[in-house]
Amino acid sequence: MSKFSRRDFLKTTAGAAAAGSLGLGGATWSADAFAQGKWTPEKGAKLRVLRWKRFVQGDEDKWLENTKAFTAKTGIEVRVDSEGWEDVRPKAAVAANVGSGPDIIISTFEDAHQYPEKLVDVSDVCNYLGGKYGGWYDVCRDYCVEKGKWIAVPMGCAGNAIVHRLSVMKEAGFSEFPKDTAGFLKLAQAYKAKGMPPGFALGNATGDGNVWCHWLVWSHGGMMVDKKGNVVIASPETEAALNYGKQLYETFVPGTLSWLDPNNNKAFLDGQIGMTANGISVYYAAKNSQDPKIKAMAEDIGHANFPIGPVGKQTELNLFFPMMLFKYSKYPNAAKAYLAFMMEKEQYEPWQQAAIGYVSHPLKAYEKNPLWSSDPKNKPYSDSMKIMLPNGYSGPMGYASAACMADFIMVNMVAEAVSGSKTPKEAMERAKARAERYYKV
Amino acid sequence: MHKLLNNRHFLGLLFMLPAGVLLLVFLTYPLGLGTWLGFTDTKVGRAGIWVGLDNYKFLWGDEVTRLALFNTLFYTFVASVIKFALGLWLALLLNRNLPFKSFFRAVVLLPFIVPTALSALAFWWIYDAQFSVISWTLFKLGLIDRYIDFLGEPWLARLSVIAANIWRGIPFVAICLLAGLQTISPSLYEAAALDGATPWQRFRFVTLPLLTPIIAVVMTFSVLFTFTDFQLIYVITRGGPLNATHLMATLSFQRAISGGSLGEGAAIATAMVPFLLAAILFSYFGLQRRKWQQGGRD
Repeated sequence: MSKFSRRDFLKTTAGAAAAGSLGLGGATWSADAFAQGKWTPEKGAKLRVLRWKRFVQGDEDKWLENTKAFTAKTGIEVRVDSEGWEDVRPKAAVAANVGSGPDIIISTFEDAHQYPEKLVDVSDVCNYLGGKYGGWYDVCRDYCVEKGKWIAVPMGCAGNAIVHRLSVMKEAGFSEFPKDTAGFLKLAQAYKAKGMPPGFALGNATGDGNVWCHWLVWSHGGMMVDKKGNVVIASPETEAALNYGKQLYETFVPGTLSWLDPNNNKAFLDGQIGMTANGISVYYAAKNSQDPKIKAMAEDIGHANFPIGPVGKQTELNLFFPMMLFKYSKYPNAAKAYLAFMMEKEQYEPWQQAAIGYVSHPLKAYEKNPLWSSDPKNKPYSDSMKIMLPNGYSGPMGYASAACMADFIMVNMVAEAVSGSKTPKEAMERAKARAERYYKV
Repeated sequence: MHKLLNNRHFLGLLFMLPAGVLLLVFLTYPLGLGTWLGFTDTKVGRAGIWVGLDNYKFLWGDEVTRLALFNTLFYTFVASVIKFALGLWLALLLNRNLPFKSFFRAVVLLPFIVPTALSALAFWWIYDAQFSVISWTLFKLGLIDRYIDFLGEPWLARLSVIAANIWRGIPFVAICLLAGLQTISPSLYEAAALDGATPWQRFRFVTLPLLTPIIAVVMTFSVLFTFTDFQLIYVITRGGPLNATHLMATLSFQRAISGGSLGEGAAIATAMVPFLLAAILFSYFGLQRRKWQQGGRD
């Protein structure tokens, strides 16, 4: 159970206390940034920001509060709009295409690589932040650096981890969550035997489906493309992954083939499944529920990183968020100032806390955010950026990797194979043919 | 100038200009642009080059597209036929002198009035693998021993979304046909009755021929709406499971907007046009033929 609240945190950390408890005007604009004088806002600057709609309320509240603090500090008006995260991507694409829209768009995955020439070079912002806060995790460069230049500022990622019921695990005789895929399969079978089966989305679920299916294939050494972008999905490694997935699927609750993103949350909170993969939002929903039964469930929820497969290292895919500044913006300096401001410790850490860690940090220094140590259940999400692989691993990112994900090639392949509607070989060949179309460009 | 303004032809053109501009800007241009995009490899944020029939060649060999085409035809055919049959039946019922006639007529329109996205959400819950009210009821009645996986089995999923489409589409067909029924003069029925026509004969030789022009229009629209359906699928299944419910429209969106292949998505959308044209032509040249309307045959 979490004994940590934002208030407790504020009591312990003087710097952030100054920022948080004073609210609006209290957030301190970093002296460093001022001293560098890099981003003198344009006269009369006004900004429009489009971001994905919060999954947890605290995120939005604090983000807007920080934005207000920025306005109070600089006089720059900032309008923040939010849209469902899957809708931001097409909107960003249209904005890029027509050359008009919000100055800053906070989107997902490798969007920055889809239209790098439309984005402002934000190397100055990223180098400044990286230098000040212990550097960026490696995967940030994969997502946001093009030809040596930063074309987006990493906001972090929505970490995905295994969410499960601790009591079932204990009943099944497991003292801790298995670290490898073999143990994980045994645990899943035990969950099923206990009448609390696992459930992982296999429908066209953009987030949850992609995340666990990519992990499944990567953990066994399979990958869509090699370093040069040649499609290599049809491989013995992928086949091994699919065969493993088949065994795992046998333990699932019926109906996962139709699951979209919200299904697993609903089924988990209703007590119909005992294990799934999700962001921290299930825990958050349980913890804050008005229903005492669901609130009690929060204590029984455990989190764990995905197990390590034969490949011997962690192979997660998490929902990455790049903050892109478009060249059509009339106020690039104001926008850079805003981006830097929002990523400064004084703003970022309280924001992370408000979102109870829904967003995992891209800057290494924020590992020390007391949020992560205050509630041990948050811990698996703290490493999300550190242990994830980029989408389209291990090839170059861009249009093809994004299109393959949008077309659910990996998810469809896994769903076809594990459900038995196709043999693993057939499923791989189909995936290969579909992926080659995108990668030939 | 004065002379010009008194010129009937010039005035005619002038008055048609706003409509012409509207059509050009909002209809012709997007359609033309879409068609053109279908022949290019345009990506989101990047202008493409002319690739001729490449997109179509690829799509023809693409199993997902073929499946989507099959799904669309199946979806449209089954849903339209059932919507027509049930709609006509409902219209005939409503055309009688029922108690609370106006009330029933209003109620029938409800599915049409509710925003599709909302009713689709309701169906999404109704078909949910874990929370389906249908499964729950049957389960409680002891008729099934496990929840029905409405959206998880490809064929069941197809039929489920078709049922949702039918539910939403019936009111449109029923109310339009009801309007048509009311234009038929009662004296025709009296005459038929005097001649000793059975109820079936009255329907077959009076109602149906006189209703045919309306049926042609209504069913053309119904087919068009069904063929281009997007919202229901997008909310309920996103085209899953295993792409079993992907329609051309949803696949086009997935490829063009989410996937960024504007050219390919446009090609899928353009590929829908011949089918739509065929539906329109069928209604214009087929269903509106006088011979058919008069109950005759070719």
